[in-house]
Amino acid sequence: MDPTSRAFKENAKEALKNENLQSALSQMKVGFIERRKAAAADIPEFEALRDQARDLKNHTLANLDHYLEIYEKNATEAGAIVHWARDAAEAREIILKICQDEDAKLVTKGKSMIAEEIALNEALEGAGIRALETDLGEYIVQLRQEPPSHIIAPAVHVLREEVEDAFREEHQHLDPDRPLTEPSNLLNEAREVLRTQYGQAQVGITGANFLIAESGSSVIVTNEGNGDLTQTMAKTHVVVASIEKVIPTLEDASSILRVLARSATGQEFSAYTTFSTGPKRSNDPDGPEKYHVVILDNGRSKLLGSEFQDALRCIRCGACMNHCPVYHAVGGHSYGWVYPGPIGSVLTPTFLGVDEAGHLPNASTACGRCEEVCPMRIPLPKMMRHYRVQEFEAGLAPPAVRAGLDVWGFFAKKPMLYRAASRIGSFVLRSMAGGKGRLASAPLASGWTTYRDLPAPTGSTFQDQWSARNGRRKPSANKQSAGIDA
Amino acid sequence: MAQEAQSTGSGLRVGLFVTCLVDMFRPQVGFAAIKLLEDAGCEVSVPLDQPCCGQPAYNSGDLKGSAAVAEGIIRAFEGFDYVVAPSGSCAGMIHEHYPVLFADDPVLGPKAIELAGKTRELMSFLVDVLGVSSVEASYDGVITYHDSCSGLRELKVKEQPRQLLNSVDGLHIRELPGAEVCCGFGGTFCVKYPDISNKMVGDKTEEILATGADTLLAGDMGCLMNMAGKLHREGHGIQVRHVAEVLADMGDEPAIAEAPAQTGGHD
Repeated sequence: MDPTSRAFKENAKEALKNENLQSALSQMKVGFIERRKAAAADIPEFEALRDQARDLKNHTLANLDHYLEIYEKNATEAGAIVHWARDAAEAREIILKICQDEDAKLVTKGKSMIAEEIALNEALEGAGIRALETDLGEYIVQLRQEPPSHIIAPAVHVLREEVEDAFREEHQHLDPDRPLTEPSNLLNEAREVLRTQYGQAQVGITGANFLIAESGSSVIVTNEGNGDLTQTMAKTHVVVASIEKVIPTLEDASSILRVLARSATGQEFSAYTTFSTGPKRSNDPDGPEKYHVVILDNGRSKLLGSEFQDALRCIRCGACMNHCPVYHAVGGHSYGWVYPGPIGSVLTPTFLGVDEAGHLPNASTACGRCEEVCPMRIPLPKMMRHYRVQEFEAGLAPPAVRAGLDVWGFFAKKPMLYRAASRIGSFVLRSMAGGKGRLASAPLASGWTTYRDLPAPTGSTFQDQWSARNGRRKPSANKQSAGIDA
Repeated sequence: MAQEAQSTGSGLRVGLFVTCLVDMFRPQVGFAAIKLLEDAGCEVSVPLDQPCCGQPAYNSGDLKGSAAVAEGIIRAFEGFDYVVAPSGSCAGMIHEHYPVLFADDPVLGPKAIELAGKTRELMSFLVDVLGVSSVEASYDGVITYHDSCSGLRELKVKEQPRQLLNSVDGLHIRELPGAEVCCGFGGTFCVKYPDISNKMVGDKTEEILATGADTLLAGDMGCLMNMAGKLHREGHGIQVRHVAEVLADMGDEPAIAEAPAQTGGHD
């Protein structure tokens, strides 16, 4: 997809005016948070599990080449065909070639953010191959011809009524009297349509939550069972995953799985956790005849050893965006590319550059709620700050910001000048407030006063009052200068 | 100084970091902080040459500009047992970020670490360091409390203000459901992204009003000015105050953004 991260401010403005979106967002922000909280509280060792998950991923990243090689060896021994893709274009070419070799007309797809990252659907459609999303949320956004707005709940921005509209438009066979008022009605309707397609597809493409080095397996975690049908019903299964998805052992997978679903949806465990190791063996009753794994770098290896390495610990649970007040305000599409929310504000500048995505790490209050809930303890606010530094040092910060900082710095570096400036500011604002205690507008402060009043200073500056009293809390002689002491 | 302190006698030498917003917008918070510290037996000084903590530049990616300002804080607060600020945000900047900011500076680096180690947010200092468990104050009202992000997450300030507020005569606490959700201030964020900030503070004021409390308290002037400014713009009369004012028994002064009492316009 073409990024619109540069237009974040405009995107956000539109999103704030979109009533349906706001209604959907206000529903989502309660549910995810409550469920995660309950799931985390359910096991006393949850915080320790987070530490363990962080540590084992740190270990893996420190030895990533080693574990990728072991993975490749074991996967190949199990019959997988492993492909390496340096960037999105290479990954698309590889997958397109596999599909063309299979003479594919229809490809079913499980949910995959990597497929979004490499814009796989567009590439397939461009080659005349129909790509059908089978995850309910992905299916909905595909019908609506829009990208997902959340990494685990792609259609979280869509109201149920809007889903019904999309279904009635697309599913011409539907009896207009058939009710689609309950989420389960919608799920069943999608399921009926999709079930006819799995067996028709020549290729099924899924992502992977993990690649396990010791067994050469890929793992998917889903709730609808669509991923399993996608990867077992077609003759060819293609897994597309990025390099940091590898972990050493099955034991490690079970450790991370214990924090994944709890952090994501607040489930103890997702409904389906499926391990794929090679294609169908001769005595297996079913399964794909060919099993390809496409491993994508796309700039990730450059993060190793950098101040952004910790971002590679991400397991794509979505907890950071579920808890982000900025995401709650503007929704995922405002971020303008594949990954929204706090992790998107770190990944998007990584993949697209600070020039395109500089707004994202700036559009954060650094409230720290994302880091507080991240199961992998990724220091997201710190990383956003790193990008602000890159932006500033590259001279890309907006001129008004730079000018403001220059003026502030000029005074703030010289304490006596700073005192004088505060004194003047205090006096001017008090005069302008004219005894009302607040200002409805103030020069250079429209960003503030468009939406709120500016409280006026209540007296001369603290430093001046303190000096006038010779460094004593209570005025020595009279209470003239007060309104201060109780 | 501080002859009137009811010395429970810790005798600690405390430097008060006033912070820019308290200094300019609500000086009485500084006096309230001094009263609380002196009542607990501290010897309080206020270095006159203290600048800003450097956070505006730090959060805008201007590390050099931030360090140039922060250096002034390091120098101004040398020689105290503790440095205390009536703000989780500014105390958090020193406590959490100065060691990082000066990591490569052989001279200021060790001093930054030393200062970070002795810098505390006011509520946390009173309760965690001094062991204060009650104050002599009264406030007739139902308050609700907003946990400012930096204090909450960087400095673990959560129960301390509530513990002290529980000792205030006549005061009742009604918890704010989203107390730990950012109010949308975020320093320069609120003017760089005013539409988003407005949505966040609007959601916050809605929740504040739903508690039915007559007073909103918090420990950071930035958040307080943001929420008070929004509540007044919306025409609500709920009083907004810094928690230190109520604890120092100074809760009868006009609240934030309210018109001053009869005096006014002094100096």
